[in-house]
Amino acid sequence: MTDLTKLTLKAALDGLKARDFSSEEITRAFIANIDAANPKLNAFVVATPARALEMARASDDRLARGEGGALEGAPLGIKDLFCTNGVQTTAGSNMLRGFVPPYESTVTANLWADGAVMLGKLNMDEFAMGSSNETSAFGPVTNPWKSKHSNADLTPGGSSGGSASAVAGDLCLAATASDTGGSIRQPAAFTGTVGIKPTYGRASRFGMVAFASSLDQAGPITKTVEDAAILLRSMCSFDAKDSTSLDVETPDWTQSLGRGVKGLRIGVPREYVVDGMPAEIQALWDQGVQWLKDAGAAIVEISLPHTKYALPAYYIIAPAEASSNLARYDGMRYGHRADHFTSLNDLYEESRAEGFGKEVQRRLTIGAYVLSAGFYDAFYVKALKVRRRIAQDFDDVWDRVDAIVTPSTPSAAFALGDKQIDPVTMYLNDVFTVTANLAGLPGISVPTGLDSGGLPLGLQVIGKALDEATVFQVADALEQAAGFTARPDKWW
Amino acid sequence: MAIDAATVRKVAHLARIKTPEDRLEPLARELTGILSWIEQLDEVDIEGVEPMTSNVSQPLRLREDVVTDGNKVAEVLSNAPKAADGFFVVPKVVE
Repeated sequence: MTDLTKLTLKAALDGLKARDFSSEEITRAFIANIDAANPKLNAFVVATPARALEMARASDDRLARGEGGALEGAPLGIKDLFCTNGVQTTAGSNMLRGFVPPYESTVTANLWADGAVMLGKLNMDEFAMGSSNETSAFGPVTNPWKSKHSNADLTPGGSSGGSASAVAGDLCLAATASDTGGSIRQPAAFTGTVGIKPTYGRASRFGMVAFASSLDQAGPITKTVEDAAILLRSMCSFDAKDSTSLDVETPDWTQSLGRGVKGLRIGVPREYVVDGMPAEIQALWDQGVQWLKDAGAAIVEISLPHTKYALPAYYIIAPAEASSNLARYDGMRYGHRADHFTSLNDLYEESRAEGFGKEVQRRLTIGAYVLSAGFYDAFYVKALKVRRRIAQDFDDVWDRVDAIVTPSTPSAAFALGDKQIDPVTMYLNDVFTVTANLAGLPGISVPTGLDSGGLPLGLQVIGKALDEATVFQVADALEQAAGFTARPDKWW
Repeated sequence: MAIDAATVRKVAHLARIKTPEDRLEPLARELTGILSWIEQLDEVDIEGVEPMTSNVSQPLRLREDVVTDGNKVAEVLSNAPKAADGFFVVPKVVE
Protein backbone atom coordinates (compact mmCIF):
# COMPACT_ATOMS: atom_id res chain seq x y z
CA MET A 1 0.00 0.00 0.00
CA THR A 2 1.21 3.50 -0.80
CA ASP A 3 2.38 5.72 2.04
CA LEU A 4 -0.52 8.12 2.39
CA THR A 5 1.63 10.72 4.14
CA LYS A 6 3.72 11.23 1.01
CA LEU A 7 0.71 12.35 -1.05
CA THR A 8 0.23 15.93 -2.13
CA LEU A 9 -2.80 17.72 -0.74
CA LYS A 10 -4.42 17.51 -4.18
CA ALA A 11 -3.81 13.77 -4.53
CA ALA A 12 -5.08 13.16 -0.99
CA LEU A 13 -8.26 15.15 -1.62
CA ASP A 14 -8.87 13.18 -4.83
CA GLY A 15 -8.27 9.88 -3.01
CA LEU A 16 -10.56 10.83 -0.16
CA LYS A 17 -13.31 11.89 -2.54
CA ALA A 18 -12.96 8.64 -4.53
CA ARG A 19 -13.04 6.75 -1.20
CA ASP A 20 -9.72 5.05 -2.04
CA PHE A 21 -8.88 5.56 1.64
CA SER A 22 -10.63 7.19 4.56
CA SER A 23 -9.79 10.37 6.40
CA GLU A 24 -9.33 8.27 9.52
CA GLU A 25 -6.70 6.14 7.74
CA ILE A 26 -4.64 9.07 6.50
CA THR A 27 -5.06 10.90 9.81
CA ARG A 28 -3.77 7.85 11.72
CA ALA A 29 -0.79 7.67 9.35
CA PHE A 30 0.11 11.28 10.11
CA ILE A 31 -0.37 10.80 13.86
CA ALA A 32 2.09 7.87 13.70
CA ASN A 33 4.58 10.03 11.78
CA ILE A 34 4.27 12.83 14.32
CA ASP A 35 4.80 10.42 17.24
CA ALA A 36 7.91 9.02 15.59
CA ALA A 37 9.43 12.25 14.28
CA ASN A 38 8.55 14.95 16.76
CA PRO A 39 11.18 14.05 19.39
CA LYS A 40 13.78 14.83 16.69
CA LEU A 41 12.16 17.55 14.58
CA ASN A 42 10.23 19.36 17.36
CA ALA A 43 7.82 20.70 14.73
CA PHE A 44 4.66 20.31 16.82
CA VAL A 45 4.21 22.14 20.13
CA VAL A 46 0.89 20.42 20.76
CA ALA A 47 -0.45 17.39 18.90
CA THR A 48 -4.20 16.88 19.01
CA PRO A 49 -4.70 13.25 17.92
CA ALA A 50 -8.06 12.77 19.67
CA ARG A 51 -9.54 15.87 18.08
CA ALA A 52 -7.99 14.91 14.73
CA LEU A 53 -9.62 11.46 14.76
CA GLU A 54 -12.97 12.92 15.76
CA MET A 55 -12.79 15.44 12.91
CA ALA A 56 -11.63 12.70 10.51
CA ARG A 57 -14.59 10.45 11.35
CA ALA A 58 -17.00 13.35 10.85
CA SER A 59 -15.36 13.96 7.46
CA ASP A 60 -15.69 10.28 6.56
CA ASP A 61 -19.42 10.47 7.35
CA ARG A 62 -19.81 13.47 5.06
CA LEU A 63 -17.72 11.87 2.31
CA ALA A 64 -19.81 8.69 2.57
CA ARG A 65 -22.90 10.79 1.90
CA GLY A 66 -21.20 12.35 -1.12
CA GLU A 67 -20.90 15.64 0.72
CA GLY A 68 -17.92 17.58 1.94
CA GLY A 69 -16.00 20.81 1.51
CA ALA A 70 -12.94 21.77 -0.49
CA LEU A 71 -10.56 20.30 2.12
CA GLU A 72 -12.77 17.48 3.34
CA GLY A 73 -10.81 15.00 5.44
CA ALA A 74 -7.37 16.55 4.83
CA PRO A 75 -5.10 16.52 7.93
CA LEU A 76 -3.32 19.87 8.36
CA GLY A 77 -0.91 21.47 10.83
CA ILE A 78 -1.66 24.91 12.28
CA LYS A 79 1.01 27.46 13.17
CA ASP A 80 0.73 28.20 16.87
CA LEU A 81 -0.28 31.82 16.40
CA PHE A 82 -3.71 31.01 15.02
CA CYS A 83 -6.13 30.91 17.96
CA THR A 84 -7.85 27.53 18.12
CA ASN A 85 -10.86 27.19 20.36
CA GLY A 86 -10.03 24.93 23.30
CA VAL A 87 -6.47 24.17 22.17
CA GLN A 88 -3.43 25.92 23.66
CA THR A 89 -2.13 28.80 21.54
CA THR A 90 1.19 30.33 22.59
CA ALA A 91 2.85 32.01 19.59
CA GLY A 92 5.97 30.21 20.80
CA SER A 93 6.14 32.29 23.98
CA ASN A 94 6.28 31.56 27.70
CA MET A 95 4.10 34.63 28.04
CA LEU A 96 1.20 32.59 26.62
CA ARG A 97 2.15 29.14 27.95
CA GLY A 98 -1.13 27.50 28.95
CA PHE A 99 -3.29 30.09 27.13
CA VAL A 100 -6.38 28.34 25.75
CA PRO A 101 -8.42 30.61 23.47
CA PRO A 102 -12.19 30.46 23.91
CA TYR A 103 -12.58 31.45 20.25
CA GLU A 104 -11.34 30.49 16.78
CA SER A 105 -9.28 32.53 14.31
CA THR A 106 -11.11 33.30 11.06
CA VAL A 107 -8.45 31.52 8.97
CA THR A 108 -8.75 28.25 10.90
CA ALA A 109 -12.54 28.55 11.11
CA ASN A 110 -12.53 28.73 7.29
CA LEU A 111 -10.45 25.54 7.12
CA TRP A 112 -12.74 23.59 9.46
CA ALA A 113 -15.78 24.84 7.53
CA ASP A 114 -14.16 23.34 4.41
CA GLY A 115 -13.71 19.99 6.19
CA ALA A 116 -10.01 20.06 7.15
CA VAL A 117 -8.71 17.99 10.08
CA MET A 118 -6.42 19.55 12.71
CA LEU A 119 -3.36 17.49 13.67
CA GLY A 120 -2.02 20.05 16.14
CA LYS A 121 -0.17 23.31 16.64
CA LEU A 122 3.17 24.02 15.02
CA ASN A 123 6.29 25.45 16.60
CA MET A 124 7.48 28.93 15.60
CA ASP A 125 9.81 31.74 16.60
CA GLU A 126 8.46 33.59 19.63
CA PHE A 127 5.74 36.00 18.47
CA ALA A 128 7.04 35.29 14.93
CA MET A 129 10.22 37.25 15.67
CA GLY A 130 13.04 35.25 14.15
CA SER A 131 14.42 33.65 11.00
CA SER A 132 15.64 30.31 12.37
CA ASN A 133 12.96 29.13 14.83
CA GLU A 134 15.57 29.40 17.58
CA THR A 135 13.68 32.05 19.56
CA SER A 136 10.80 29.67 20.39
CA ALA A 137 10.17 29.04 24.08
CA PHE A 138 9.65 25.40 23.07
CA GLY A 139 13.13 25.00 21.57
CA PRO A 140 14.27 25.13 17.95
CA VAL A 141 12.72 23.10 15.14
CA THR A 142 15.06 20.91 13.12
CA ASN A 143 15.05 20.83 9.33
CA PRO A 144 14.40 17.34 7.86
CA TRP A 145 17.11 18.16 5.29
CA LYS A 146 20.80 17.61 6.03
CA SER A 147 23.81 18.71 4.01
CA LYS A 148 25.90 16.05 2.29
CA HIS A 149 28.95 17.76 3.79
CA SER A 150 27.95 17.64 7.45
CA ASN A 151 25.69 15.86 9.91
CA ALA A 152 24.85 19.12 11.71
CA ASP A 153 21.21 19.84 12.51
CA LEU A 154 19.98 22.63 10.23
CA THR A 155 17.39 25.31 10.81
CA PRO A 156 14.13 25.05 8.84
CA GLY A 157 14.09 28.86 8.83
CA GLY A 158 11.58 31.02 10.62
CA SER A 159 9.36 32.16 11.90
CA SER A 160 7.13 29.40 10.41
CA GLY A 161 9.82 26.76 11.02
CA GLY A 162 7.43 24.20 12.48
CA SER A 163 5.09 24.54 9.50
CA ALA A 164 7.92 24.08 6.98
CA SER A 165 9.57 21.19 8.82
CA ALA A 166 6.24 19.38 9.30
CA VAL A 167 5.35 19.63 5.60
CA ALA A 168 8.83 18.64 4.41
CA GLY A 169 8.97 15.75 6.91
CA ASP A 170 5.50 14.36 5.96
CA LEU A 171 3.98 15.16 9.35
CA CYS A 172 0.98 16.85 7.74
CA LEU A 173 -0.41 17.30 4.21
CA ALA A 174 0.05 21.06 4.38
CA ALA A 175 0.23 23.76 7.03
CA THR A 176 -0.87 27.28 7.81
CA ALA A 177 1.85 29.86 8.36
CA SER A 178 2.23 33.62 8.58
CA ASP A 179 4.63 36.13 7.07
CA THR A 180 5.63 39.54 8.45
CA GLY A 181 9.05 39.92 6.77
CA GLY A 182 9.51 36.57 5.05
CA SER A 183 8.32 34.05 7.63
CA ILE A 184 6.47 31.88 5.09
CA ARG A 185 8.79 32.19 2.09
CA GLN A 186 12.18 31.79 3.81
CA PRO A 187 11.24 28.55 5.66
CA ALA A 188 9.65 27.22 2.46
CA ALA A 189 12.89 27.90 0.57
CA PHE A 190 14.96 26.20 3.32
CA THR A 191 12.85 23.02 3.25
CA GLY A 192 12.07 22.45 -0.44
CA THR A 193 8.42 23.39 0.04
CA VAL A 194 6.13 26.02 -1.49
CA GLY A 195 4.99 29.03 0.55
CA ILE A 196 2.87 31.99 -0.48
CA LYS A 197 2.14 35.25 1.31
CA PRO A 198 -0.94 36.70 -0.37
CA THR A 199 -1.76 40.39 -0.84
CA TYR A 200 -2.12 42.16 2.50
CA GLY A 201 -5.80 42.02 3.44
CA ARG A 202 -6.67 38.77 1.59
CA ALA A 203 -6.59 36.63 4.73
CA SER A 204 -8.19 37.82 7.93
CA ARG A 205 -5.93 38.64 10.87
CA PHE A 206 -8.76 38.04 13.35
CA GLY A 207 -7.56 35.54 15.94
CA MET A 208 -3.93 35.63 14.80
CA VAL A 209 -1.57 36.61 17.62
CA ALA A 210 -0.35 40.02 16.43
CA PHE A 211 3.29 40.93 15.75
CA ALA A 212 3.30 43.91 13.34
CA SER A 213 -0.25 44.49 12.19
CA SER A 214 0.45 46.47 9.01
CA LEU A 215 2.72 43.65 7.76
CA ASP A 216 1.34 40.37 9.19
CA GLN A 217 -0.38 38.14 6.65
CA ALA A 218 -1.39 34.47 6.74
CA GLY A 219 -0.63 31.96 3.99
CA PRO A 220 0.04 28.25 3.43
CA ILE A 221 3.18 26.09 3.27
CA THR A 222 2.61 23.10 0.98
CA LYS A 223 4.36 20.47 -1.13
CA THR A 224 3.35 21.90 -4.52
CA VAL A 225 2.18 25.11 -6.17
CA GLU A 226 -1.20 23.49 -6.85
CA ASP A 227 -1.56 22.60 -3.15
CA ALA A 228 -0.77 26.22 -2.26
CA ALA A 229 -3.48 27.43 -4.65
CA ILE A 230 -6.01 25.07 -3.04
CA LEU A 231 -5.18 25.84 0.59
CA LEU A 232 -4.79 29.60 0.14
CA ARG A 233 -8.27 29.78 -1.34
CA SER A 234 -9.77 28.19 1.75
CA MET A 235 -7.78 30.46 4.10
CA CYS A 236 -8.83 33.75 2.47
CA SER A 237 -12.12 35.53 3.03
CA PHE A 238 -13.56 38.95 3.65
CA ASP A 239 -13.99 39.37 7.39
CA ALA A 240 -15.78 42.22 9.10
CA LYS A 241 -13.80 41.36 12.26
CA ASP A 242 -10.55 42.59 10.65
CA SER A 243 -10.66 46.29 9.74
CA THR A 244 -7.99 45.83 7.05
CA SER A 245 -9.68 42.81 5.43
CA LEU A 246 -10.31 43.39 1.73
CA ASP A 247 -13.88 42.99 0.50
CA VAL A 248 -12.92 41.14 -2.69
CA GLU A 249 -13.69 37.82 -4.37
CA THR A 250 -11.35 34.93 -3.61
CA PRO A 251 -10.65 33.37 -7.03
CA ASP A 252 -10.02 29.71 -7.81
CA TRP A 253 -6.28 29.97 -8.32
CA THR A 254 -5.96 26.42 -9.65
CA GLN A 255 -7.34 27.95 -12.87
CA SER A 256 -4.02 29.79 -13.26
CA LEU A 257 -2.02 26.57 -13.44
CA GLY A 258 -0.84 24.90 -16.64
CA ARG A 259 -1.25 28.05 -18.69
CA GLY A 260 2.45 28.66 -19.31
CA VAL A 261 4.07 32.07 -19.36
CA LYS A 262 4.08 32.80 -23.09
CA GLY A 263 3.73 36.54 -23.58
CA LEU A 264 4.14 37.39 -19.89
CA ARG A 265 6.68 40.08 -19.01
CA ILE A 266 8.97 39.02 -16.18
CA GLY A 267 10.97 41.64 -14.29
CA VAL A 268 14.47 40.92 -13.00
CA PRO A 269 15.48 43.61 -10.49
CA ARG A 270 19.19 44.42 -10.62
CA GLU A 271 19.22 45.59 -6.97
CA TYR A 272 18.56 42.04 -5.78
CA VAL A 273 22.15 41.15 -6.59
CA VAL A 274 23.51 41.64 -3.07
CA ASP A 275 27.06 41.74 -1.72
CA GLY A 276 28.41 38.36 -0.78
CA MET A 277 25.57 36.44 -2.45
CA PRO A 278 26.77 32.88 -3.15
CA ALA A 279 27.42 32.03 -6.81
CA GLU A 280 24.94 29.16 -6.45
CA ILE A 281 22.12 31.59 -5.70
CA GLN A 282 23.00 33.71 -8.74
CA ALA A 283 23.15 30.56 -10.89
CA LEU A 284 19.74 29.41 -9.57
CA TRP A 285 18.26 32.79 -10.41
CA ASP A 286 19.82 32.87 -13.91
CA GLN A 287 18.49 29.35 -14.53
CA GLY A 288 14.98 30.34 -13.45
CA VAL A 289 15.00 33.37 -15.72
CA GLN A 290 16.25 31.20 -18.61
CA TRP A 291 13.43 28.67 -18.06
CA LEU A 292 10.84 31.42 -18.22
CA LYS A 293 12.48 32.87 -21.35
CA ASP A 294 12.50 29.41 -22.98
CA ALA A 295 8.80 29.12 -22.14
CA GLY A 296 8.08 32.30 -24.08
CA ALA A 297 8.17 35.01 -21.42
CA ALA A 298 9.76 38.37 -22.15
CA ILE A 299 12.53 39.13 -19.65
CA VAL A 300 12.77 42.77 -18.61
CA GLU A 301 15.60 44.15 -16.53
CA ILE A 302 14.12 46.52 -13.97
CA SER A 303 15.31 48.75 -11.17
CA LEU A 304 13.80 48.86 -7.68
CA PRO A 305 16.20 51.52 -6.38
CA HIS A 306 15.20 51.57 -2.71
CA THR A 307 15.54 47.80 -2.15
CA LYS A 308 18.57 48.07 0.14
CA TYR A 309 16.64 50.30 2.52
CA ALA A 310 13.77 47.85 3.01
CA LEU A 311 15.33 45.84 5.84
CA PRO A 312 16.49 48.84 7.90
CA ALA A 313 13.03 50.43 7.47
CA TYR A 314 11.43 47.13 8.48
CA TYR A 315 13.55 46.99 11.65
CA ILE A 316 12.02 50.28 12.73
CA ILE A 317 8.42 49.69 11.63
CA ALA A 318 8.01 46.08 12.83
CA PRO A 319 9.49 46.64 16.32
CA ALA A 320 7.47 49.86 16.67
CA GLU A 321 4.23 48.04 15.88
CA ALA A 322 5.26 45.12 18.09
CA SER A 323 5.99 47.46 20.97
CA SER A 324 2.44 48.78 20.67
CA ASN A 325 0.79 45.37 20.06
CA LEU A 326 2.60 43.54 22.83
CA ALA A 327 1.77 46.23 25.39
CA ARG A 328 -1.35 44.10 26.01
CA TYR A 329 0.75 41.54 27.90
CA ASP A 330 0.55 43.17 31.30
CA GLY A 331 -0.02 40.05 33.41
CA MET A 332 -3.53 41.10 34.41
CA ARG A 333 -6.19 39.50 32.21
CA TYR A 334 -4.26 36.68 30.57
CA GLY A 335 -0.67 35.67 30.01
CA HIS A 336 2.12 35.26 32.52
CA ARG A 337 2.03 37.09 35.86
CA ALA A 338 5.16 37.22 38.04
CA ASP A 339 4.86 35.84 41.58
CA HIS A 340 7.17 38.35 43.23
CA PHE A 341 6.93 42.12 42.86
CA THR A 342 7.16 45.29 44.91
CA SER A 343 4.72 47.62 43.11
CA LEU A 344 2.29 47.69 40.23
CA ASN A 345 4.97 48.91 37.86
CA ASP A 346 7.34 46.27 39.14
CA LEU A 347 4.69 43.63 38.46
CA TYR A 348 4.44 44.72 34.81
CA GLU A 349 8.21 44.77 34.42
CA GLU A 350 8.82 41.43 36.15
CA SER A 351 5.99 39.67 34.30
CA ARG A 352 7.27 40.86 30.92
CA ALA A 353 10.92 40.11 31.75
CA GLU A 354 9.95 36.56 32.76
CA GLY A 355 7.43 35.97 29.97
CA PHE A 356 9.30 37.35 26.94
CA GLY A 357 12.47 35.79 25.52
CA LYS A 358 15.62 37.64 24.59
CA GLU A 359 14.83 38.49 20.94
CA VAL A 360 11.33 39.72 21.78
CA GLN A 361 12.76 41.89 24.56
CA ARG A 362 15.35 43.24 22.14
CA ARG A 363 12.72 44.19 19.55
CA LEU A 364 10.34 45.69 22.10
CA THR A 365 13.22 47.81 23.38
CA ILE A 366 14.04 49.00 19.85
CA GLY A 367 10.34 49.71 19.29
CA ALA A 368 10.04 51.76 22.47
CA TYR A 369 13.19 53.66 21.50
CA VAL A 370 12.13 54.60 17.96
CA LEU A 371 8.71 55.70 19.21
CA SER A 372 10.04 57.68 22.17
CA ALA A 373 9.88 61.46 22.42
CA GLY A 374 12.65 63.07 20.39
CA PHE A 375 13.21 60.02 18.14
CA TYR A 376 9.75 59.46 16.70
CA ASP A 377 10.27 61.67 13.64
CA ALA A 378 13.93 60.78 13.15
CA PHE A 379 13.26 57.04 13.13
CA TYR A 380 9.61 56.02 12.90
CA VAL A 381 8.22 58.67 10.56
CA LYS A 382 11.33 58.49 8.39
CA ALA A 383 10.91 54.71 8.07
CA LEU A 384 7.28 55.18 7.01
CA LYS A 385 8.43 57.59 4.27
CA VAL A 386 11.07 55.14 3.08
CA ARG A 387 8.34 52.48 3.08
CA ARG A 388 6.37 54.58 0.59
CA ARG A 389 9.49 54.92 -1.59
CA ILE A 390 9.77 51.12 -1.62
CA ALA A 391 6.10 50.69 -2.52
CA GLN A 392 6.48 53.33 -5.27
CA ASP A 393 9.44 51.41 -6.72
CA PHE A 394 7.02 48.57 -7.46
CA ASP A 395 4.25 50.88 -8.71
CA ASP A 396 6.74 52.35 -11.17
CA VAL A 397 7.46 49.01 -12.88
CA TRP A 398 4.01 47.40 -13.10
CA ASP A 399 3.31 49.06 -16.48
CA ARG A 400 6.32 47.19 -17.89
CA VAL A 401 6.21 43.82 -16.13
CA ASP A 402 3.53 41.34 -15.01
CA ALA A 403 5.59 39.68 -12.27
CA ILE A 404 9.06 39.83 -10.74
CA VAL A 405 11.42 36.90 -10.16
CA THR A 406 14.15 36.93 -7.50
CA PRO A 407 15.91 34.43 -5.24
CA SER A 408 13.90 33.67 -2.06
CA THR A 409 16.87 33.72 0.30
CA PRO A 410 20.54 34.72 0.14
CA SER A 411 21.65 31.20 1.18
CA ALA A 412 20.49 27.64 1.82
CA ALA A 413 19.52 26.50 5.32
CA PHE A 414 22.28 27.09 7.87
CA ALA A 415 23.18 25.11 10.98
CA LEU A 416 21.29 25.76 14.20
CA GLY A 417 23.36 28.14 16.34
CA ASP A 418 25.30 29.51 13.36
CA LYS A 419 23.91 33.04 13.15
CA GLN A 420 23.31 33.84 16.78
CA ILE A 421 26.42 35.97 17.21
CA ASP A 422 24.96 39.11 15.72
CA PRO A 423 21.28 40.09 15.33
CA VAL A 424 21.86 42.00 12.07
CA THR A 425 23.39 38.91 10.40
CA MET A 426 20.20 37.02 11.25
CA TYR A 427 18.00 39.89 10.01
CA LEU A 428 19.69 39.77 6.56
CA ASN A 429 17.92 36.45 5.85
CA ASP A 430 14.85 38.44 4.87
CA VAL A 431 16.62 40.74 2.40
CA PHE A 432 14.66 39.45 -0.64
CA THR A 433 11.29 38.86 1.03
CA VAL A 434 10.70 41.92 3.19
CA THR A 435 9.95 44.31 0.31
CA ALA A 436 6.71 42.46 -0.49
CA ASN A 437 5.55 42.89 3.12
CA LEU A 438 6.30 46.61 3.16
CA ALA A 439 4.47 47.08 -0.16
CA GLY A 440 1.65 44.61 0.68
CA LEU A 441 2.27 42.50 -2.44
CA PRO A 442 1.81 38.74 -2.97
CA GLY A 443 5.00 36.68 -3.02
CA ILE A 444 5.59 32.95 -3.39
CA SER A 445 8.68 30.77 -2.90
CA VAL A 446 9.09 27.72 -5.14
CA PRO A 447 11.86 25.11 -4.78
CA THR A 448 13.82 25.02 -8.04
CA GLY A 449 17.21 23.54 -7.23
CA LEU A 450 19.76 22.14 -4.79
CA ASP A 451 23.04 23.62 -3.63
CA SER A 452 26.34 21.71 -3.69
CA GLY A 453 25.45 20.17 -0.32
CA GLY A 454 22.16 18.86 -1.70
CA LEU A 455 20.07 21.45 0.19
CA PRO A 456 17.00 23.00 -1.43
CA LEU A 457 17.00 26.55 -2.81
CA GLY A 458 13.97 28.58 -3.83
CA LEU A 459 12.98 31.31 -6.24
CA GLN A 460 10.48 34.00 -5.35
CA VAL A 461 7.77 35.41 -7.62
CA ILE A 462 6.30 38.78 -6.60
CA GLY A 463 3.13 40.08 -8.23
CA LYS A 464 0.84 43.09 -8.28
CA ALA A 465 -1.59 43.60 -5.41
CA LEU A 466 -4.48 41.10 -5.72
CA ASP A 467 -2.84 39.44 -8.72
CA GLU A 468 -2.02 36.10 -7.09
CA ALA A 469 -3.30 34.57 -10.34
CA THR A 470 -0.18 35.67 -12.25
CA VAL A 471 2.05 34.76 -9.30
CA PHE A 472 0.66 31.20 -9.37
CA GLN A 473 0.95 31.08 -13.16
CA VAL A 474 4.67 31.95 -13.07
CA ALA A 475 5.35 29.76 -10.01
CA ASP A 476 3.71 26.82 -11.78
CA ALA A 477 5.93 27.36 -14.85
CA LEU A 478 9.04 27.43 -12.65
CA GLU A 479 7.91 24.28 -10.82
CA GLN A 480 7.29 22.46 -14.11
CA ALA A 481 10.63 23.52 -15.59
CA ALA A 482 12.59 22.69 -12.44
CA GLY A 483 10.97 19.28 -11.99
CA PHE A 484 12.03 19.47 -8.34
CA THR A 485 11.48 15.99 -6.89
CA ALA A 486 14.26 15.79 -4.26
CA ARG A 487 13.16 14.77 -0.78
CA PRO A 488 15.12 14.69 2.48
CA ASP A 489 16.54 11.30 3.49
CA LYS A 490 14.72 10.06 6.54
CA TRP A 491 17.15 10.16 9.50
CA TRP A 492 14.68 10.88 12.29
CA MET B 1 24.66 56.72 16.96
CA ALA B 2 25.85 55.29 20.25
CA ILE B 3 23.33 54.23 22.87
CA ASP B 4 24.55 54.23 26.46
CA ALA B 5 23.46 52.18 29.44
CA ALA B 6 21.41 55.07 30.86
CA THR B 7 19.36 55.25 27.63
CA VAL B 8 18.79 51.49 27.71
CA ARG B 9 17.59 51.75 31.30
CA LYS B 10 15.13 54.49 30.29
CA VAL B 11 13.86 52.65 27.20
CA ALA B 12 13.56 49.31 29.02
CA HIS B 13 11.36 51.09 31.54
CA LEU B 14 9.25 52.57 28.71
CA ALA B 15 8.85 49.01 27.39
CA ARG B 16 8.09 47.81 30.96
CA ILE B 17 10.76 45.11 30.85
CA LYS B 18 12.83 44.60 34.00
CA THR B 19 16.44 44.72 32.88
CA PRO B 20 19.16 43.81 35.38
CA GLU B 21 22.08 46.25 35.68
CA ASP B 22 24.56 43.77 34.20
CA ARG B 23 22.44 43.47 31.02
CA LEU B 24 22.43 47.23 30.30
CA GLU B 25 25.92 47.45 28.74
CA PRO B 26 25.55 44.38 26.47
CA LEU B 27 22.10 45.59 25.36
CA ALA B 28 23.51 49.07 24.72
CA ARG B 29 26.14 47.54 22.42
CA GLU B 30 23.54 45.42 20.56
CA LEU B 31 21.16 48.33 20.08
CA THR B 32 24.01 50.58 18.94
CA GLY B 33 24.92 47.97 16.34
CA ILE B 34 21.35 47.66 15.08
CA LEU B 35 20.73 51.43 15.04
CA SER B 36 23.99 52.18 13.21
CA TRP B 37 22.91 49.71 10.54
CA ILE B 38 19.51 51.44 10.39
CA GLU B 39 21.19 54.83 9.96
CA GLN B 40 21.71 54.15 6.25
CA LEU B 41 18.12 55.36 5.86
CA ASP B 42 19.59 58.88 6.06
CA GLU B 43 20.74 58.41 2.45
CA VAL B 44 17.17 58.22 1.12
CA ASP B 45 15.59 61.34 -0.34
CA ILE B 46 12.26 61.57 1.49
CA GLU B 47 11.56 65.22 0.69
CA GLY B 48 7.80 65.66 0.25
CA VAL B 49 7.01 61.94 0.75
CA GLU B 50 3.92 61.12 2.80
CA PRO B 51 4.45 58.54 5.55
CA MET B 52 2.94 55.17 4.57
CA THR B 53 1.05 53.69 7.50
CA SER B 54 -1.02 51.11 5.64
CA ASN B 55 -1.03 48.92 2.56
CA VAL B 56 -4.77 49.13 2.27
CA SER B 57 -6.00 52.01 0.16
CA GLN B 58 -9.67 51.59 1.06
CA PRO B 59 -10.96 53.76 3.89
CA LEU B 60 -11.48 51.98 7.22
CA ARG B 61 -14.99 50.63 7.45
CA LEU B 62 -17.40 51.71 10.15
CA ARG B 63 -19.90 49.27 11.50
CA GLU B 64 -23.21 49.87 13.14
CA ASP B 65 -22.90 50.75 16.79
CA VAL B 66 -24.74 47.69 18.08
CA VAL B 67 -23.93 44.91 20.50
CA THR B 68 -22.80 41.81 18.56
CA ASP B 69 -21.44 39.64 21.34
CA GLY B 70 -21.45 39.36 25.09
CA ASN B 71 -22.51 37.49 28.24
CA LYS B 72 -19.28 35.50 28.21
CA VAL B 73 -17.88 36.19 31.64
CA ALA B 74 -16.56 32.66 32.08
CA GLU B 75 -14.78 32.72 28.70
CA VAL B 76 -13.34 36.17 29.31
CA LEU B 77 -11.95 35.09 32.68
CA SER B 78 -10.86 31.63 31.58
CA ASN B 79 -7.22 32.62 31.03
CA ALA B 80 -6.88 35.09 33.90
CA PRO B 81 -3.87 34.56 36.19
CA LYS B 82 -6.34 35.09 39.03
CA ALA B 83 -10.13 35.54 39.07
CA ALA B 84 -12.93 35.41 41.63
CA ASP B 85 -16.69 35.98 41.62
CA GLY B 86 -16.74 37.04 37.98
CA PHE B 87 -13.89 39.55 38.36
CA PHE B 88 -10.22 39.73 37.48
CA VAL B 89 -8.18 39.73 40.66
CA VAL B 90 -5.21 42.08 40.51
CA PRO B 91 -2.77 43.24 43.19
CA LYS B 92 -3.68 46.24 45.27
CA VAL B 93 -2.70 49.33 43.26
CA VAL B 94 -3.60 52.16 45.63
CA GLU B 95 -0.53 52.73 47.75
